[in-house]
Amino acid sequence: MSTHPPVTPYWVLHPFHAFVLGGVLPLFLGSLLSDYAYWTAFDVQWSNFASWLLIGAMVHTTLALLCGIVGLVRHRHGLLYVLLLAVIWILGFFNCLHHARDAWAVMPAGLVMSAILTVLALVATWIGFSTLRIRGAR
Amino acid sequence: MNRPITHVLTLTVLAASLAACSKSAPQLDQYGAAPEMPSPKRDLMPDMTIAKPTEWGDAVPTVPEGYRIAAIATDLGIPRQTLVLPNGDILVAEGRGGNAPKLKPKDVIAGKIKAKGNTAVKSGNRLTLLRDADGDGVYETRSVYADKLNAPYGLAMIGNVLYVANQDALVRFDYVEGQTRASGAPTKVTDLPSAINHHWTKSLAASADGRYLYVGIGSNSNITERGMAAEVDRAVVWQVDAATGAHKTYVSGIRNPTALAVQPGTGTVWAVVNERDEIGPNLVPDYLTSLREGAFYGWPYSYWGKNVDTRVMPQDPAKVASAIAPDYALGSHVAALGVSFSGPAMGAKFADGVFVGEHGSWNRNPPVGYKVVFVPFRDGKPAGQPIDFVSGFRTEDGLTRGRPVGVTVDPRGALIVADDLANTIWRVTPTEPAPTAPAAPAAPAAPPAPAAPEAAG
Repeated sequence: MSTHPPVTPYWVLHPFHAFVLGGVLPLFLGSLLSDYAYWTAFDVQWSNFASWLLIGAMVHTTLALLCGIVGLVRHRHGLLYVLLLAVIWILGFFNCLHHARDAWAVMPAGLVMSAILTVLALVATWIGFSTLRIRGAR
Repeated sequence: MNRPITHVLTLTVLAASLAACSKSAPQLDQYGAAPEMPSPKRDLMPDMTIAKPTEWGDAVPTVPEGYRIAAIATDLGIPRQTLVLPNGDILVAEGRGGNAPKLKPKDVIAGKIKAKGNTAVKSGNRLTLLRDADGDGVYETRSVYADKLNAPYGLAMIGNVLYVANQDALVRFDYVEGQTRASGAPTKVTDLPSAINHHWTKSLAASADGRYLYVGIGSNSNITERGMAAEVDRAVVWQVDAATGAHKTYVSGIRNPTALAVQPGTGTVWAVVNERDEIGPNLVPDYLTSLREGAFYGWPYSYWGKNVDTRVMPQDPAKVASAIAPDYALGSHVAALGVSFSGPAMGAKFADGVFVGEHGSWNRNPPVGYKVVFVPFRDGKPAGQPIDFVSGFRTEDGLTRGRPVGVTVDPRGALIVADDLANTIWRVTPTEPAPTAPAAPAAPAAPPAPAAPEAAG
């Protein structure tokens, strides 16, 4: 056991930050699954679901990005995380506009963008929550 | 995954650059039987140029030389279509309908934006009767003929029976000449499709022999985005038996037949139809067409005949193969909402043809429509370019003073135009009344030319 005083973590996830970041992946994954359902079943209701799930994903992404920027400014940490969220935000915004198209005009680019966003959201979530383990639980 | 990523990146960059440069749609020749049509395209955002309303003040719409225009009624509750009764009284259908749930975030946002270009007054849900007892052109008496109706729109008369197409039902009143108020509540002839009412206006015309009524029923979506289940009995014109209320589908695939008129002489039913949006500023032309019984006009699977719309999935090649092209393109996005056959009393130049009220575009830059045009006919068919008949609804600096809807020719020699933004009824008359007797042909100035072959197409 170390006798050193505990290291004060200089950057951990605030519970609010954890809450908003935790929503990003499920919401993008939901829109991907809904897009896929429309792709296979042609039932336009799935496209409506995808559109609303994307809006939810964008709300969470925006808040997580703001939390990330605050962390970056205050602690000079998390640049990669912030950049990744910024990329997600931009692509997500385009995907929202794309999902405003009528009926099959959403396809196939809407499905492709939702898939990419889901992968990016997974990576962002991974990086975001890693800070807890590395810094907080030592 | 490389390929799709590249694809999406290219698409995004392309869309962003398209949205960034301010663009103005090229003018194409989109009038007549064979309109020029570009390929479908959709930028990141649809082109939106929403009317910014302003007041008429002392200004009036512009009419051709030899005609004058005056407002005969103002402060109405959203006037849409009008009917001239046998004694010269004018009935005005007033109201705002629609009952379509907002399905996507886009519906919430676009709905708010588009509402800015329309009137904010309360829906009248009534028929107003206007009377000019002394024939001086001033409609001094105004009364509510019937109220508590559900967004009345189409009006027609057979004998002494007045038919009104509400947004949910076709109803009838027993009309007595000279009355200013209906003697009682209406009787329902038949229900009309209204479980969802995206394009809610129900247009109406009576057959020349008085046996049938034709009811125009618009689609429940722009292009099937509410699903095909919502499109049962939509984008059709019904033929309704006036005696029994029984109906059959007269034509189908006709996206939004906003006004119907029966051609004098031939008895053919004509319609003006609003076509689909969001595939570019020059697609798809709205049109004027004679209705051929049993015909399929393409919606949703194709437009202007057999041009496939890829936004519809699954597609239906058999339906596309059966689609016929309409008669006459009026231009994309003009939003034709009124049609009426002219007659000799309107003056020689405008005697043979139809007037078309164009409400004006939202999905186009620069805006189009916002006027009443005259489409000349020859041998019972449209021939030649449309001529502006009532214009000046938009100011030089891009504000909108009014938006024409229904147009009705008064056989005494006037065109009645309903304006649902200014909530006004306009009346256009020739300054020199045409002879009331059948117009005598002008003395031939030259020996008759050899009969020209009929222009093809």
